Amino acid sequence: MGEILVVVEHRQEEVRDITFEMLFKAGELCKEFSHTLTAVVLGGKEEQFIDEVAKRSDNVIYYEDDRLKNFSADLYKEVLNGLIEKTRPFITLIGHSSWGMELAPSLSIKTGYPLATDCVDILIEDGHPKVIRQIYSGKVFSKMSFKESDGYLITVRPGSFQPPEAIDERNGGVIKKDLPGDLPEMRKEFIEFIDSGAGDVDITQADLLVSVGRGIGEAENVEDMKELAERMGGVLACSRPVVDKNWLPKYYQVGTSGKSVKPKVYLAFGISGAFQHLAGITGAGTVIAINKDKKAPIFRVADYGVVDDLFKVADALKEQLKEG
Amino acid sequence: MDIIVCVKRVPMTQEVDLEIDDSGKDIKKDALAYVVNDWDNYAIEESVLLKEKLDGTVTVITVGDEDDEDVLRRALAMGADKAIRIEPGELELDGFLISNILAQVIKGLEYDLVLTGVQADDDNFGMVGIMLAERLGLAHSAVVTGFEAEGSEATINVELEGGLDEVSKIKLPALLSIQTGINEPRYVSIMGIRKAGKKELNVVKVEDIGLSDEELVRQTIIEEYFLPPETEGAEMIEGDPSNIAEAILRILKEKGVSV
Ligand SMILES: Cc1cc2nc3c(=O)[nH]c(=O)nc-3n(C[C@H](O)[C@H](O)[C@H](O)COP(=O)(O)OP(=O)(O)OC[C@H]3O[C@@H](n4cnc5c(N)ncnc54)[C@H](O)[C@@H]3O)c2cc1C
Ligand SMILES: Nc1ncnc2c1ncn2[C@@H]1O[C@H](COP(=O)(O)O)[C@@H](O)[C@H]1O
Repeated sequence: MGEILVVVEHRQEEVRDITFEMLFKAGELCKEFSHTLTAVVLGGKEEQFIDEVAKRSDNVIYYEDDRLKNFSADLYKEVLNGLIEKTRPFITLIGHSSWGMELAPSLSIKTGYPLATDCVDILIEDGHPKVIRQIYSGKVFSKMSFKESDGYLITVRPGSFQPPEAIDERNGGVIKKDLPGDLPEMRKEFIEFIDSGAGDVDITQADLLVSVGRGIGEAENVEDMKELAERMGGVLACSRPVVDKNWLPKYYQVGTSGKSVKPKVYLAFGISGAFQHLAGITGAGTVIAINKDKKAPIFRVADYGVVDDLFKVADALKEQLKEG
Repeated sequence: MDIIVCVKRVPMTQEVDLEIDDSGKDIKKDALAYVVNDWDNYAIEESVLLKEKLDGTVTVITVGDEDDEDVLRRALAMGADKAIRIEPGELELDGFLISNILAQVIKGLEYDLVLTGVQADDDNFGMVGIMLAERLGLAHSAVVTGFEAEGSEATINVELEGGLDEVSKIKLPALLSIQTGINEPRYVSIMGIRKAGKKELNVVKVEDIGLSDEELVRQTIIEEYFLPPETEGAEMIEGDPSNIAEAILRILKEKGVSV
């Protein structure tokens, strides 16, 4: 029986959610196909989260070295390549995060194992892994298989698997390992983390968010929508392109690289619903999406949808508020 | 600083009903309009800004057919000096194979920096850049939102999740995958594109770059494309804008939001 290897992602002494999501999915596959679940941690000395990982794995391989406190693609690649060459895991799971995107493609070339990125589901059919991906910003799904190999690499989209509260306890043993001695020269050196998130508006505390996306068209329209938000007693927020174009500061941005929000109601004007955006609104009570495109992926997650021009709806809302 | 930028032309899919074609492994593309991949547009701008500051050359490169030359010409109009198109012929491409083809051609060029986009807006792989880096033996980083060169090194910002940035130093030559928002891409006029028509655009056939048939195979296989399963989805609010506005305000009240 084969092995499923999960590369544990952690940052500043904490395991990232994507790790638990991967362990959960790997656990399901191991149960169904009698594989072994191994988690590999590349971490600093005495990381406090090892037990959390061990509970969910059959084995934990822990490379313990303070040079591994922070992520380093060069080091991870070297260590994982060595491990994979020795143990030849059937499937290796890595998060489709900024770090995963820096690691997985290079590890694929180094190990020769085929890679599928940003997968929302993993199946095993006739002993071969197959993946489901979303393409064209979520408008089309694709099922993909791999060229024959003895091992495969898969990166997993954050939020694709929801581990239940009650976990399936595996209580794996922890095997500690040292870093290999003959490490190559490091070409990248970590300096610091900086928080680009803080500002004078806190979108995470609002009961009502009026959020605008690229559909807003021009910078001038942002001011109008801000006015609408204020008149409704809510707070303005936005998707990434609005920040990229400098129409609003970063602290207005909702999504994976922005803020996670939890308003009672989230009004999305002209936002298509890319997963990086949707990841930020999983905590929203009710989502109402206004979009000209009836096939926009946001309608699959919204509670209410309006297929119309956002400006018409915004104007009508202003009218009603005047009357009321 | 000599910079190579990898670019891709992608279909615009907002506000269109995508359909699966007869093969079941692609979408119908005849009626779609195409643009430069958004992420690549930022990568091109970054390379031109660096050239303006530090001198050197910018070469843009794509693996694609003749129509894809549009994005090369657009990049030349933005300030790139040279363009290369690699004609794939009938090859079936995936990220793995594209990176192999790009590496083979880029190996023969002079460069201090290679830029790609974080991801292409069609297949959303987010893999070609870093695979290319590994093949070329380059230091690399993904999702880069800041770059400051200092001799043979550079200080870069990588965007992590949750509004956190990671600052590091990287040795050059390096490959960086560029994230949107790193700069403000300049406007390109039709006139500008016409003028740039005089710049060098070379076309190479994939058969002529020195890869064997065995090296020109993909590693992933599309089994099928399908439209998203019809889930329950949103409850649609119909009517004219004033009915819609009323309904939205009613929902707000129901959910305990006071307006
Ligand atoms: C590493 C990484 C991190 C990212 N992080 C984030 C993040 O934190 N947050 C985020 O939002 N994105 C993030 N993104 C970007 C994400 O992938 C999408 O590109 C982005 O969310 C798209 O924003 P949008 O929906 O506003 O724009 P688009 O996808 O361009 O959608 C615009 C929508 O507006 C509609 N529209 C246009 N005009 C009108 C009109 N007049 N009336 C009504 N509707 C109209 C269109 O039909 C379309 O659906 C990230 C991407 C990467 C690679
Ligand atoms: N056919 C191609 N030709 C040149 N560069 C490409 C091609 N496909 C992808 N790239 C580059 O790789 C990046 C990531 O693409 P992908 O891995 O397909 O999501 C893009 O932003 C481009 O810079």
